[in-house]
Amino acid sequence: MTDATRAEVCCVAVAEAFRDNGEILANPIGTIPMIGGRLAKATFAPALVMTDGEALLVENIMPVGTDDPAKVVGGWNPYRAMFDIVWNGPRHVMMGATQIDRFGNQNIAMLGPLDRPNVQLLGFRGAPGNTINDKTSYWVPNHSPKSFVAQVDVVTGIGYDRARALGSHAARFHCLPRVVSNLGVFDFETPNGAMRLRSVHPGVSVDDVAAATAFELVIDPDVPESRGPNDDELRWIRDVIDPNGLREREVPNP
Amino acid sequence: MPVPDKRVTIDDVISEIHDGMTIGIGGWGSRRKPMALVRALARSAVRDLTVVSYGGPDVGVLCRAGKVRHVVYAFVSLDSIPLEPHFRNARQQGTVSTTELDEGMFLLGLQAAAWRVPFLPTRVGLGSDIMRANPHLRMVVSPYGDPAEELVAVPALTLDVALIHMHRGDHGGNGQYLNVDPYFDDLFCMAAARRFMSVERILPTEQFLDHGPVQSLRINRLMVDGVVETPNGAHFTECPPDYERDETFQRAYAASAKSDDAWEAFRSTYLDVPEADYQRLVRG
Repeated sequence: MTDATRAEVCCVAVAEAFRDNGEILANPIGTIPMIGGRLAKATFAPALVMTDGEALLVENIMPVGTDDPAKVVGGWNPYRAMFDIVWNGPRHVMMGATQIDRFGNQNIAMLGPLDRPNVQLLGFRGAPGNTINDKTSYWVPNHSPKSFVAQVDVVTGIGYDRARALGSHAARFHCLPRVVSNLGVFDFETPNGAMRLRSVHPGVSVDDVAAATAFELVIDPDVPESRGPNDDELRWIRDVIDPNGLREREVPNP
Repeated sequence: MPVPDKRVTIDDVISEIHDGMTIGIGGWGSRRKPMALVRALARSAVRDLTVVSYGGPDVGVLCRAGKVRHVVYAFVSLDSIPLEPHFRNARQQGTVSTTELDEGMFLLGLQAAAWRVPFLPTRVGLGSDIMRANPHLRMVVSPYGDPAEELVAVPALTLDVALIHMHRGDHGGNGQYLNVDPYFDDLFCMAAARRFMSVERILPTEQFLDHGPVQSLRINRLMVDGVVETPNGAHFTECPPDYERDETFQRAYAASAKSDDAWEAFRSTYLDVPEADYQRLVRG
């Protein structure tokens, strides 16, 4: 699709993170992650279980950002039940990251010292529990040296270096499948678990990504382009899942 | 023998809260918070509280009103406004100290206190800066299995007082929630020495099942020492199906974090007034 926007490419990249996940709770947090997750369920990953963003498990493909959307409710998932799933394991969460480093350590808590931060952010939320128990991917809509950092101020979600230090038994459930940003897609499929540039979005060069990243990425000789949406996917995104175009506000088209 | 009558007033509740106590507050973010009790606490002379909360404006109001020394939290959020501005100011100005927890560790701490055990083990926290933020956290080695697994021992979050808000209650302290999520209000109560529940309406017990199924009777009177009727008492947080969040009011509350003058205006209008006057103001 030549007329797909950058935001729509991002939605597809998010959806791809959930491909072949089977029957698990796909738990994307944020606008484009939610659109991408629902796109995966609507198309190539129909077994995914998803929430309405609150306490219900819904089987229909819900739109984002509309009041009182129709819900086909298949399950009840209040917070206490959510922790059961988190700790039981059949879950792939995609969280945001204010900062992320070379090994996938994530910070959403605060900037500056723990006892008196310069900038108080969300707190630890569920990041420590997510990363030690479930597949955890990240979505970063503003790729820059301030978000892809050499060292995070606080480790909320743990990366591959920390997981390795814990040992293979303690960290046996740790898995960071993907990082998706507004510039490209990243994984950790490297010998030492360092972040690799998996693909660049159309219109973005490898040099652009390297310049926007404060650490050295693993860059293969031939970096493919992220795939855009096909006609069916574009219809799902534009007509069903995000008819109000919230995706374009999160990632403006360059 | 009649069922005990545990109906009390807001002032009765506040009279049981003293300087330096550890107070647990139910609800989640800006959802079904016992705000009438929180407002009264903000008006009181109490100081140096430790507040334990899945935090929302309860934490922000009490921090800004100078009632708090320490916050035990995993997040403090207004939901539609992701970061609680008064809590942010308190943290960035260094006026409160914190215990940083993961949301699930927080649950385990309440559960441990409710079950009267000193800790519960979990994998959560391993490798993260939760351990650096909480140098008092200890590990336990599983006495079972091979290899012997090392886990985090989450200490019990024992409370002096719990404050929760439910949709319906009876005079004996049974409580009913009618929204989609019970949150952890029952655990807050069981983790606390003294437990107070505000409710939208006090009903005759025999009417509970006209409002919701038996599963909605999450709080029973073993968990409650006092019940107070506070209609619209979770305002401005959401309390569906009775009412949604008052987003306009919440934005005005958030804007009051911008300056001391803005806060003083908000406080004198909405906090330094009795609950009945507040309700007249916000109901227009």
